[in-house]
Amino acid sequence: MAGKDEEAMPSITYLHADGMSETIEVPEGTTVMRAAITNGVDGIVGECGGQAMCATCHVYVQDAPDLPPLSEDEDEMLEAASSPRRPDSRLGCQLHAGTDFESLVVRLPERQ
Amino acid sequence: MRSAVVIVGAGQGAFQCAVSLREEGWDGVIRIIGDEPHLPYSRPMLSKEFLRGEAEAGELPLRPESYFQRHGIELLTARVTGIDRAARRVELETGEVLEYERLVLATGSTSRRLPIDGVELDGVLSLRGWDDAVELREQIEAAASIVVIGGGFIGTEVASTVPPGRAVTILERDPRILRRVLSEPVAGHAHACLAERDVDLRTDVGIVALRGEAGRVRAVRLEDGAELAADLVLLAAGAAPRTELAEASGLEVAAGIMVDATLTTADLRVSAIGDCARFPTPYATAAVRLESVQNAVDQGRHVAAQIVHASGAPYRAVPWFWTHQADEKIQIVGIAEDADAAIPVPGGSEHSFSILRVRGDRVTAVESVNAPRDHIRARKALAADSLSIEDFELAGPART
Repeated sequence: MAGKDEEAMPSITYLHADGMSETIEVPEGTTVMRAAITNGVDGIVGECGGQAMCATCHVYVQDAPDLPPLSEDEDEMLEAASSPRRPDSRLGCQLHAGTDFESLVVRLPERQ
Repeated sequence: MRSAVVIVGAGQGAFQCAVSLREEGWDGVIRIIGDEPHLPYSRPMLSKEFLRGEAEAGELPLRPESYFQRHGIELLTARVTGIDRAARRVELETGEVLEYERLVLATGSTSRRLPIDGVELDGVLSLRGWDDAVELREQIEAAASIVVIGGGFIGTEVASTVPPGRAVTILERDPRILRRVLSEPVAGHAHACLAERDVDLRTDVGIVALRGEAGRVRAVRLEDGAELAADLVLLAAGAAPRTELAEASGLEVAAGIMVDATLTTADLRVSAIGDCARFPTPYATAAVRLESVQNAVDQGRHVAAQIVHASGAPYRAVPWFWTHQADEKIQIVGIAEDADAAIPVPGGSEHSFSILRVRGDRVTAVESVNAPRDHIRARKALAADSLSIEDFELAGPART
């Protein structure tokens, strides 16, 4: 085969509660939380700076069976989320582009 | 002319206040005035990930500049020199004056100055903001013997970021580190974990002076006459609220800017939030001043809602806090006093446990070490007023 395809950057699609959506390409290693903050995506707060200490980066992950499972800390901290916890709830600060997923769709909760 | 809310300070409280004002529907001018040449940024990261090299300066801002533009929030880097409450305006160092409909004081706190000789020597730093952290990180890299003066949260967190094997000493005046902020069992656990990382912890230590050579610090002179070699000294002896502007404007100040339960000062157009504010709270027996991100952020939210809706609702957010000591995650809910007993919660292990702080049969605070589940349950219980030991359902399965 001639040459390799250029590797696409990992991407994250944020679905807002009001129906709007935006897709962002992010460098490998960037978390869902950090990408939202840097790119001005509303609906993710990240009060503790990504330390799994505040649950204000709560997201609902759409259809991603290959994501690494919840860590114990993440599992426990999700109980602090303002919006209802569901089986697809994750902390955005614990999901890393490239290492945990190539493309991911997350739904943002009503409140953080 | 459009009404303006002016916020003095550009920290996490100020930021949240501005964001919440727009969210609540304020469509007038919002001006944040900060004296640091930076976007509002995360302060807790400075003594943790940033010093460890796990985060870079680009990750510190709470939002990019475009966010503020999009939401019509003006950011000014300037020094406020006075507040003229009669004329309802603030005066800047440049001579410019800015009028306000409402004023929010979010001036934060500053590192307490130590009244000892030698604090002006090179290599003697404090950690309050972004620029301090950048300098500290550089100097920690090159230092041969690091001495931290103060065994409170900042001192211990900074010591925790130094790789094991490097010479780091914490000098604490009290009989134990973290005495004012943690119970004995939890502080003792932090002490042990720090010692495991080769941090030299010395308590009951009095400091006389810092000795230097050619303008740079060389040693710390102790009360007992001994000298400790030091080429980098971090002053971490506590924070003092920045109340000078409030006081000069005639507002009541007593170890903080005095506000009522709605966070308003005696001047109905002026509120104070965050590290600089002293406020009454159902979670303590007297008015308190809290130094935490949660307090700044929740108070910023509350004042914004009051400005827009004027409900007169008292501020009642549950106080909570987190810190990293060595590799341990410690979370605290509530406000304990020194004399409150410390009762272990059943089901804990050496590395994951919680302590109830108790006064009579009332739980005043819960400290959790690597036990986020306990911490979250405690937050909910305090919010629901379930404050007695019997009501406190914390025992869970034993953790590994």
